Amino acid sequence: MTEIQRHRFDVVVIGAGGAGLRAAIEARLQGKRTAIVCKSLFGKAHTVMAEGGAAAAMGNVNSKDNWQVHFRDTMRGGKFMNHWRMAELHAKEAPDRVWELETYGALFDRTKDGKISQRNFGGHEYPRLAHVGDRTGLEMIRTLQQKIVSLQQEDQREHGDAEALVKVFAETTITALLKDDATGGSGRISGAVGYTRENGTFVVFEAPAVVLATGGIGKSFKVTSNSWEYTGDGHALAMKAGATLLNMEFVQFHPTGMVWPPSVKGILVTESVRGDGGVLKNSEGKRFMFEYVPAVFRKQYAETEQEADAWYDDQANNRRPPELLPRDEVARAINSEVKAGRGSPAGGVFLDIASRLPAEAIRKKLPSMYHQFKELADVDITAEPMEVGPTCHYVMGGVEVDPDTAAATVPGLFAAGECSGGMHGSNRLGGNSLSDLLVFGRRAGLSAAEYVDALGSARPTVTDADVEDARTQAEAPFAGTGGENPYAIHADLQQMMHDLVGIIRTKDEVERALAGLEELKARAAKISVPGDKVFNPGWHLSLDLPNMLIVSECIARSALIREESRGGHTRDDYPTMSPEWRKVNLVCRPDGAGVEVTQQPLPVMPPELLSLFDREELSKYMTDDELAILPEEKA
Amino acid sequence: MSYNARFRVWRGDDTDGELEDFSVEVKEGEVILDIIHRLQATQTPDLAVRWNCKAGKCGSCSAEVNGRPRLMCMTRMSTYTEDEVITVTPLRAFPVIKDLVTDVSFNYQKAREVPAFAPPAELAPGEYRMQQIDVERSQEFRKCIECFLCQDTCHVVRDHEENKESFAGPRFFIRLAELDMHPLDTKDRKREAQATHGLGMCNITKCCTEVCPEHIKITDNAIIPMKERVVDTQYDPLVWLGSKIPRRSAMAASKSLAAGDTETAEARARERLRDKPSDAAALRTLAEALRAQGRFGDASKVTRTQLEHAGRGRVARMEAASAHAWTLLCAVEDGEVELEKAEDEIATTLQLAQRLASTGTVLAGTHALHNLMHGRLAEAVEHAREAIIWDRDRSTRADDLVTLAEALAGLGESDESASAMSEALQLWPDNPRLTGVRANLEDMNVPTA
Repeated sequence: MTEIQRHRFDVVVIGAGGAGLRAAIEARLQGKRTAIVCKSLFGKAHTVMAEGGAAAAMGNVNSKDNWQVHFRDTMRGGKFMNHWRMAELHAKEAPDRVWELETYGALFDRTKDGKISQRNFGGHEYPRLAHVGDRTGLEMIRTLQQKIVSLQQEDQREHGDAEALVKVFAETTITALLKDDATGGSGRISGAVGYTRENGTFVVFEAPAVVLATGGIGKSFKVTSNSWEYTGDGHALAMKAGATLLNMEFVQFHPTGMVWPPSVKGILVTESVRGDGGVLKNSEGKRFMFEYVPAVFRKQYAETEQEADAWYDDQANNRRPPELLPRDEVARAINSEVKAGRGSPAGGVFLDIASRLPAEAIRKKLPSMYHQFKELADVDITAEPMEVGPTCHYVMGGVEVDPDTAAATVPGLFAAGECSGGMHGSNRLGGNSLSDLLVFGRRAGLSAAEYVDALGSARPTVTDADVEDARTQAEAPFAGTGGENPYAIHADLQQMMHDLVGIIRTKDEVERALAGLEELKARAAKISVPGDKVFNPGWHLSLDLPNMLIVSECIARSALIREESRGGHTRDDYPTMSPEWRKVNLVCRPDGAGVEVTQQPLPVMPPELLSLFDREELSKYMTDDELAILPEEKA
Repeated sequence: MSYNARFRVWRGDDTDGELEDFSVEVKEGEVILDIIHRLQATQTPDLAVRWNCKAGKCGSCSAEVNGRPRLMCMTRMSTYTEDEVITVTPLRAFPVIKDLVTDVSFNYQKAREVPAFAPPAELAPGEYRMQQIDVERSQEFRKCIECFLCQDTCHVVRDHEENKESFAGPRFFIRLAELDMHPLDTKDRKREAQATHGLGMCNITKCCTEVCPEHIKITDNAIIPMKERVVDTQYDPLVWLGSKIPRRSAMAASKSLAAGDTETAEARARERLRDKPSDAAALRTLAEALRAQGRFGDASKVTRTQLEHAGRGRVARMEAASAHAWTLLCAVEDGEVELEKAEDEIATTLQLAQRLASTGTVLAGTHALHNLMHGRLAEAVEHAREAIIWDRDRSTRADDLVTLAEALAGLGESDESASAMSEALQLWPDNPRLTGVRANLEDMNVPTA
């Protein structure tokens, strides 16, 4: 009989990236006993990979910036599929959340007058991203980590125990959420079960409130900028607990990932390379992006190389280079060039900064890119072009939540950050992720605390049978020998998602993927792993795989239903945006061993927010009926 | 393009284990971590390894490759020959959990022992104002990805488990330095570093700097400046100078005094020296007071005595040598001493200081002035600029800006020279060097108003 560790908390936060840590800080500040459970060591979460910055309309560099402008940019970026209320809260609260980080010890780059400096980024009208060189995510995670430590120091002084209120369970993976149905409850969250990698021990958390902050799903795809943790755990846990996922078809492919050497395929090449003058060329040496400017953007983008080049020095009198189109447009263009046989030797295109800037300037402006290519690819980016191609970067879809409280549809369950849905619509703007983590991480922690307060002493309880079920399931891969190899199934899944549900989708391919997923599910049921439960990666992957499979099914099923192309969802057979489809959210819920997708109306933006846009712009996205509520345009 | 490599990987737990031999395929462009992953996928699914980003940004996949602490994701196979046996072992300084995974909880424990950032209570969020130049030094240390390779390689704990209790290690020395150099932190980190975190046990062999994948100059830019400042605060009788005494503190202290105070300081020091002519603290105070009054020739006699009596302590001698070289150079610049006569002494003293400091940055300002005196203007500019990056206090920075301004003027860069000079004037209008320097610059048509 395996030993089972039991803990009792008010709030359990799953995930220790930006959203999870901010949620935990808030729950602790509300006086709640809070557990932080994370798959990796404390401080290693995927947030460290964020480079560009955190978008917040502080107006430090351009005083014309304000929350309304940020809101507008966010809605445009998401092609008006964002939940308007989330975009509104995000734009309003981001500055306070960034300033707060300074009080925790963050050291952002500064303006001349000593304020937080802000940088330009794709889709943001004004310089808006608070940053530290190209390592903003690291600064954020370290700052939040150190804030947790400082709260523990306070608790040490106050209670004589650093872990009296906040305890970190590192390298611990949650495999199931528990609910109180069995004890006659109303289906509320009662806790969570998982295992600790160090010793393979099972851990039960009895807690009325659980915050999911598990990040994304990139590890279902072959080429991704995401780390191994990104197996869609929060998405899958929520589904299995009966919560719903929103718009899972929207997956962002960042246009520029490394493509060579194979071992680093997918690692991000920051957008700043293009912002600083880098251009994309095909194998014929042609700067091809001029061919790919869509009608809706034609007004804002240059038509000649001359005009595009002039923009870097004089942005007031020239239009932007087409290399700086939104991520989805650039990713699709690269994809088309490669498919047309004009790709680079390693199957990408060329990103050339070497012929555009002096070597010294490149090293100064892009230090970490210079080192990344030098050390990983043995390529000197000051002397030769990089080879780049699209890489799976971010999922816009996620747990359906109430915008104000971050509450999922299951009582006691909350979600924030990448694993939640709605905030970014069909396409996320660069810089809006880090601020999203802070704004909704805090709201999730606060709401979880309030929910616990409201429960009083009437807390749901965990039964032994619940725990035993979860344990039996988790131990299943040890049951037999000679079964399927989890690594092989994972590789096959990644290849299939890459080939059939990637950047460009068609009905036929997605249907083949759905059939393929059934086969993979059957194989996954027959996995067997050798060894014991102590730090056994084969076993860990076996438990992550069902999560990747269910998330992949959500993506594929939704992608099949949405017959239009918008943001992170491109259907070759339905190449344009459809105002009718804009009004529809696709909602996934579990259906036996599979996934059921239903349609649900997108919440309607109130008139006062609608009036921030002009009618002409809205008419590109909305139906005439929707526009009818607007006052007539003044002549 | 692929070949089979011979790998020896440590398998086992905290009680027992051994190196296991593998033959495994290697493809073009791969790193050590790729090969470990291939072993997992094809030969040994339960081989334990920690990793996350695979891009050198999270610091998870630390291990020792052929005995050298490294990030496995950043170690390319092409750095080894195809017939080389590659041995991968877990970090030696920490207990093994399984295979390549070690128990690094020591580091999290130590992190909890460093008191958190303490901003001024009255400062509201959004009201923080800091200059870029002032945050850059701490930003260097905040590049740390917590891979703990520096902790692993540090010989104070690598083979001495017994030292772990009283020694925080390089990772937390840079954390302390980061807080110490944070423009808005209000705590005394120097004393803390020495008293609680074992800074004194470090004997600056620079092993930590060598293994840092982020290329943080741990020894030069964090540990040495901390050590030097610790010495200042612990032995300096001039507590009234305040707690944040910088590295060239002996000078900076007197520089920050008003004219009246330097005379009092001089009198007090001479009084003490009558009782004990070799009193290090009094000699230092006297030298400072004389320099503050622009009497560099007199001051150099005092710093010479100071150096003679500095004893055998490394930091104290380095401090004294540095002060003496600087003072002699100021005297040369001021025309009180001839360069030819003083050069031998300056060169020897500077060499001594450099050897003891074992760092490029601490003496950069002195090197700059030395080069300037010899008319090596381009070198002077380079050293001065390097110095300015690391200057902490206003007066030291002002001094190095003055040197920079002179050297730039000599190179015909009048605009840049004038701007350096104006910043120097703003930072420290009473700098005694200015009288002479201003005249020089005006001769070269550089405005110094």
